[in-house]
Amino acid sequence: MLARPGPDAGEVAWDNYLHLRDNPAGVTEELWQHDGGCGSWLVVTRDTVSHVISKVEMAADVKRAMQAAS
Amino acid sequence: MRFSGWRVLREGLTGNKGWAPHWRDPEPKAEYDAVIIGGGGHGLSTAYYLAKNHGMTNIAVLEKGYLGGGNVGRNTTIVRANYGQQGNSEFYSHSLKLWEGLEEDLNYNAMHSARGIINLFHSDGQRDAFARRGNMMINQGDDAELLDREGVRHLLPYLDFDNIRFPVYGGLLHRRGGTARHDAVAWGYARGADQRGVDLIQQCEVTGINIENGVVKGVQTTRGAIRAKKVGIVVAGRSGQVAAMAGMRLPIESHVLQAFVTEGLKPVIDHVVSFGMGHFYISQSDKGGLVFGGDLDFYASYASRGNMPMMEHVMEAGMTLMPMIGKAKVLRSWGGIMDMTPDGSPIIDKTDTEGLFIDCGWCYGGFKAVPGSGFSFAHLMATGNHHAPAAKFRLDRFRTGAGLMDEEATGAQHNLH
Repeated sequence: MLARPGPDAGEVAWDNYLHLRDNPAGVTEELWQHDGGCGSWLVVTRDTVSHVISKVEMAADVKRAMQAAS
Repeated sequence: MRFSGWRVLREGLTGNKGWAPHWRDPEPKAEYDAVIIGGGGHGLSTAYYLAKNHGMTNIAVLEKGYLGGGNVGRNTTIVRANYGQQGNSEFYSHSLKLWEGLEEDLNYNAMHSARGIINLFHSDGQRDAFARRGNMMINQGDDAELLDREGVRHLLPYLDFDNIRFPVYGGLLHRRGGTARHDAVAWGYARGADQRGVDLIQQCEVTGINIENGVVKGVQTTRGAIRAKKVGIVVAGRSGQVAAMAGMRLPIESHVLQAFVTEGLKPVIDHVVSFGMGHFYISQSDKGGLVFGGDLDFYASYASRGNMPMMEHVMEAGMTLMPMIGKAKVLRSWGGIMDMTPDGSPIIDKTDTEGLFIDCGWCYGGFKAVPGSGFSFAHLMATGNHHAPAAKFRLDRFRTGAGLMDEEATGAQHNLH
């Protein structure tokens, strides 16, 4: 899950967003689409070392929660 | 100890009692002129060329597991120079020339086999694209021949030429391409480096990189601190973690790429063959197993194993192209961790920390680059200057947008290569 910078944020911020990665070996949150099924966008909490999925939420719910919090 | 036909004969007649270990197992010293983090193919070849070309023998390779235990022992062993973009072309051309002299240089049988690579095409448009690629290869000074359908049939009679969806129109033949015994490449470089005085230190994980006032001073390891004037990071899929020890974020995502091998069969596939309409490529090892693979699983992973959907895709593509392999039993499948860059091309560069260098981003094409990568990275570490064939592998090309090398023309963004 990456926070998209504003259009005028500058080269460094956009490089950070587009190219540079923490590339975590362990638990990470990602956006997935249920391509083979209902087409929903999901926020999946997944371990990149073990492939264990510990949490799946609807992306729309996560977005609403983020908006309510901000 | 030198290998020769005479030596093999003598050892055979005297019970093979005269062979010695190929390299020492030294304790780490407190200080080296240079330390290479990572004892894989690229790290070992870097150490070898630092010693051989630049006379740097007070150096060490630090490996957290065992030598050659990562991607150099997990790939599908293909060697080629058929790239199309400036930057890549001259690099892989140089690397292939090193391959061609490698066994004599190392006095080691790497089983390099220039058996020819045939990339098949299945439409008029794809023929045009391959003709163009072939011309680029020839312009670079390498070899390429465009085969028509009958030309391919002569070499690969077993293909399903009249497949309804993907008939074979022809292929691009790269005769100097082929395969090599991947483990032997790592062992040969390790032995060559060791013979020149390089300390190869296994079971030694780097846990920190010491930096003072923007200058690298050494590393912390599970076997104690080691001072070094220069440090090279050559850790493929683990690049993100090691670079983080120096406070860096890299333009790299680690993904899993699967490979497969069947039971041993009599010789049946004489070349390296790739399908043009699905991601599938295959060769036959000297032991007889069919070695094949396909595309990434396309999710970030450090698991060294993949999942079923990509297995199914690879098997389907193989069966579409050459139905004869359908009865071969798959013995094993495995995954390697690929250090994927946004444009699919590698990085050999300095970092913002003085004395700290990085060689990474080989994506799923690192094996054929082992000689060239070590040669060019050693040049950079020893002289501070980029080696001409690898001079475009810059770390900052994504931020500036200048000098991107996007072979697939899919865009310089993660998850597109």
